[in-house]
Amino acid sequence: MVEKTIEKRSVKTTTKNTPKFIWRRKHLLGLQDLSREELIHILDTAKGFKGISKRSVKKAPTLRGKVVVNLFFEDSTRTRNSFTLAASRLSADVLEFTAKTSSVSKGETLRDTARNLEAMGIDIVVIRHSAGGAPHLLTRCIDACIINAGDGYHEHPTQGLLDIFSIRELRPDLSGLKVAIVGDIAHSRVARSNIWGLHKLGAEVYLVAPPTLMPSGIEKMPVTPCYNFDEIIGQMDVLNMLRVQFERIGSSVFPSVLEYSRLFGLTVERMKRAKKDVIVMHPGPLNRGLEIESEVADGPNSTILQQVSNGVAVRMAVLFLVNQAVVLEKKK
Amino acid sequence: MEVILKEHQISQLLEHLASQIIDTNPDCASIGLVGIRSRGEILAQRLQHILLDRGVPEVECGALDTTLYRDDINQMGTHQPTVQTTDIDFNIDDRVIILVDDVLNTGRSVRAALDALTDLGRPSVIRLAVLLDRGSRELPIGADYIGKKIEVPHDKTVQVYLNDMDEREEVVLE
Repeated sequence: MVEKTIEKRSVKTTTKNTPKFIWRRKHLLGLQDLSREELIHILDTAKGFKGISKRSVKKAPTLRGKVVVNLFFEDSTRTRNSFTLAASRLSADVLEFTAKTSSVSKGETLRDTARNLEAMGIDIVVIRHSAGGAPHLLTRCIDACIINAGDGYHEHPTQGLLDIFSIRELRPDLSGLKVAIVGDIAHSRVARSNIWGLHKLGAEVYLVAPPTLMPSGIEKMPVTPCYNFDEIIGQMDVLNMLRVQFERIGSSVFPSVLEYSRLFGLTVERMKRAKKDVIVMHPGPLNRGLEIESEVADGPNSTILQQVSNGVAVRMAVLFLVNQAVVLEKKK
Repeated sequence: MEVILKEHQISQLLEHLASQIIDTNPDCASIGLVGIRSRGEILAQRLQHILLDRGVPEVECGALDTTLYRDDINQMGTHQPTVQTTDIDFNIDDRVIILVDDVLNTGRSVRAALDALTDLGRPSVIRLAVLLDRGSRELPIGADYIGKKIEVPHDKTVQVYLNDMDEREEVVLE
C-alpha cells in the first residue's frame, strides 16, 4: 500500500514558465524565411493539437466561423485531406477548390480566382501550385492568410514541419543529428523545406542522389552532397527517402529504374549497413520497390504513417497561428 | 505590489481544500483531479499528494489546456495564448472530476474547461476547486471548494507564483 502511494507520487514534468513568444506571421510561405524560434514555436504548438485526433470528439471550436479554402492547382490526396481534416477539427468551414473543375479551365487567372474567392468572405487560403512563388503572389492580391501547400520546386513548408516534428518525437534534440535526404532532390520542394528547417534546428543535412537529380544552387545550401549512398548510410540518424517524381522528370536522368533502385533505393540489404535505430521517412506516395522496399517501408524503423498523423496536428497548429497573427494585427 | 499570501499559507489553503474534498466525498472513490494549465496543474498535483497522504487510496491527476476553447481567442492581441498539451491519461467517463485552478475570477476559463472536458468524455460529476476566489464573476459559475475568498479592487490582478514554475512561492496583488 505504502509503496503504491509512493509510486503514485511520481509527478509528470511541469511546464516551466518560459518567456512568451508572439507569433506575427499571417502567411506561411516557406521555412527558409522562418527563424529558429518561429520554427520551434510551430513545432511546440503542434504538440498541443496532436491529442485532438486521438479523442472520441475530434474537434475544438477554435476557428469556428472562419473559412479555409483549399486552392489546389495540382493533384494531391494526402496534403489536401490533411488540411481539410485540420481545418474541420478546428471547426472552420472548408471550401474545396480544384483547378480542373473550375473557371481556371476557362482561362481565369490566379489573381482573379483568388479575388473572387475573397469576395465571398474567406479567411485562410491553402494553395498548391506548379509555379514556384504562386503563394507569394497571392499575398499581394488578397488580404487573407496564405499557406503554401507546395509551390513548384520551391517549398512545401508544412511537409518539412511534419517531417521535423516526427523526428523530434523520437530525438527531441536535433543538434548534430545526421539526416540524409535521398533521391529526387532536384524536383523536390519537400527536400528544400526540410533542408532549411533542419539546418536552423542544428541538424546536419546530407543530400544523396545521382548528379542528375541534385538541385542547382546546391553550393548555396547548408548541405553536404553525396553521390554514394553506401558511403554515408552507416553514420545517418535519419533517412528521408524521396519519391522519384516520374511526372516531373524526363527519361534521361538515370539509365534505368533498376539501376536507380540498386544504387539509391532503401533495400533490406542496404538497411543492414544503417544504424539499428535509424529513422526511416518518406513523404509519400510510395513507389514501393523503387526508392524504398516494402519490407523497409512497413518495418520497425519506419515512421511513415506517423508522419501522416503528425501532418494533421502540424497543419492545425499552422492554421491556428496564422489566424492568431490576424487577431494581433486587428488589435493594433 | 502587495504580498497577500506567503508560502506556508498557500500550503494551509491546499490542506483546507483537501479536507473539503474528503468531507464531501465520503468514499473518495474514483476521484480525478484535473488542473487547468498552467498553475492549476501544479496545484492539482499537490492536492493529489495531500489526498494520498491522508489515506485516500486512489486519486488520478491530469492537466487540461483550455486555450482552444477560450471565448476571447479572437480578441487577445498581444496576449497571444500558447497552446499546450492536455495530459489526462485516465478515462474521465463516470468519474468524479474535480477541476483545479489557482484563482476564480470571471469564470470564463472554467467555462472553457467545462467545454474542453465535455469533448473528452462524460464524468459523473464535475466540481471546481480553487485556491482563491476573488469575485468579479462574468458568468453564472461558482466553486465547490474554495481555499479562501478575497476582496480585490477591479483594477488589480491576483498573481499566484508557485515554486515549480516561478522559482518563488507567494500570492501577490499587482
